[in-house]
Amino acid sequence: MVWQTIKRWYHMLGSPRYFHTFSSRVLPWLTPIALITLVTGLVWGLVFAPSDYQQGNSYRIIFIHVPASSGALMGYMALGVSGLVAVVWRMKMAEVMLKAIAPFGAALAAISLITGSLWGKPTWGTYWQWDARMTSMLILLFMYVGVIALQNVIREPRQAARAAGLLAIVGVINVVIVKYSVEWVQTLHQGSTLKLFGESTINPAMKYPLLISMLGMWLLYAVNVLVRARTEVEWRERRSKWVQTLIRKGDQ
Amino acid sequence: MAFESFADFLAMGKHGFYVWSAYGISAFLVITSMVLALRGQGRVRQTLARQQRRAEVDK
Amino acid sequence: MNSVRKQRLILVLAVLVGLGIAVGLMFYALRQNINLFYTPQQVVAGEAPLGAQMRVGGLVVDGSVKRNEETLDVAFDITDGKGSFTVHYQGILPDLFREGQGIVANGTLISTSRFEAEEVLAKHDETYMPPEVQDALEKAGHPGAKKGGEYNE
Repeated sequence: MVWQTIKRWYHMLGSPRYFHTFSSRVLPWLTPIALITLVTGLVWGLVFAPSDYQQGNSYRIIFIHVPASSGALMGYMALGVSGLVAVVWRMKMAEVMLKAIAPFGAALAAISLITGSLWGKPTWGTYWQWDARMTSMLILLFMYVGVIALQNVIREPRQAARAAGLLAIVGVINVVIVKYSVEWVQTLHQGSTLKLFGESTINPAMKYPLLISMLGMWLLYAVNVLVRARTEVEWRERRSKWVQTLIRKGDQ
Repeated sequence: MAFESFADFLAMGKHGFYVWSAYGISAFLVITSMVLALRGQGRVRQTLARQQRRAEVDK
Repeated sequence: MNSVRKQRLILVLAVLVGLGIAVGLMFYALRQNINLFYTPQQVVAGEAPLGAQMRVGGLVVDGSVKRNEETLDVAFDITDGKGSFTVHYQGILPDLFREGQGIVANGTLISTSRFEAEEVLAKHDETYMPPEVQDALEKAGHPGAKKGGEYNE
């Protein structure tokens, strides 16, 4: 039963045309929800959340740093899965996703590094240390840039997707390193505050705005991916009748 | 509200520079990525519309 | 699944597993270089090189901070519960430096009991709470109240 549903979804979303119709219906309400959620979380965190007992107000960078970092890591996992499907099953939509997921992920990885560094100066006393967490996060940014670059350098889109897909798959190892570096080796960076299992070590008055900002950032990432994927689908299917009709209608 | 006044809010203790530049750079990068995505879509549609018009003239 | 796809899947997974193992082994072999700092336990056991530029990390021992009023000299002990030694430093300490707090110091190990730091960084923990909550915890004598940086191992 569940398997059948997954299979149906796979086939439906695997069809570029179905994806296009589906995303036209989702975007009009997903976009405002994403923006409202993100702004709510950030304003709550910046204006209303209490200050920290040790760091004072500089800790407020957490409300952008953690959502960006988690988004960059999850985005790369999605990129890895798309890469696997593109390389093994040669599914067109996976190739499209490979192209759509990377740019915003790269932006988030850059945000994570920059905000982390701006947070590090007042708290640790340094902008940068070559510890395992920071170095592996920098490699994650390079991985994103590599996937984007490969797709731009190779002209034939299907070949480009296979090369980029392979790089995306291999890079998943680095995601694991980023995630567990703070547990496996000695780093300047502290361990995770939000824990999937067990109690989070953050006061609820700070945790809720953080969770809301995270959700908002992930939703905005989804919006960005959908817009980019639609563009790519329209371009790849430009000779098909349905895209021609769409363009003729001037359907924005 | 965690601040007494607007000036307090801007000062962020004494870490205003770090907090606001972090948020400023993040906003810039997120907005740029959104704008680029939308512009890319606009450009593809324009190109396709132009090709379509040309094809119809040729007919 | 047809056989071509199956082959590709196996190949990709094999590459991933192989690379994963390679990276894991590399991580293990270079463990000491990947660790940002030596722990007091390692220093006391003589595992850290004497006279070389390196970093050490640990918790500042309560009541061990001695400041020289005339110069900017500071001396304090750091520990990880399994060993401790004294760090000497000349300069301004980071805001978050306090007793019980985790720190990372960059400098030279003179002997297994004396480290001369050129730079001291505060290693904060992953706990966030409002000051009032911290006060309440401290009053209630909660064991977690005065905990500084927490250390893995």
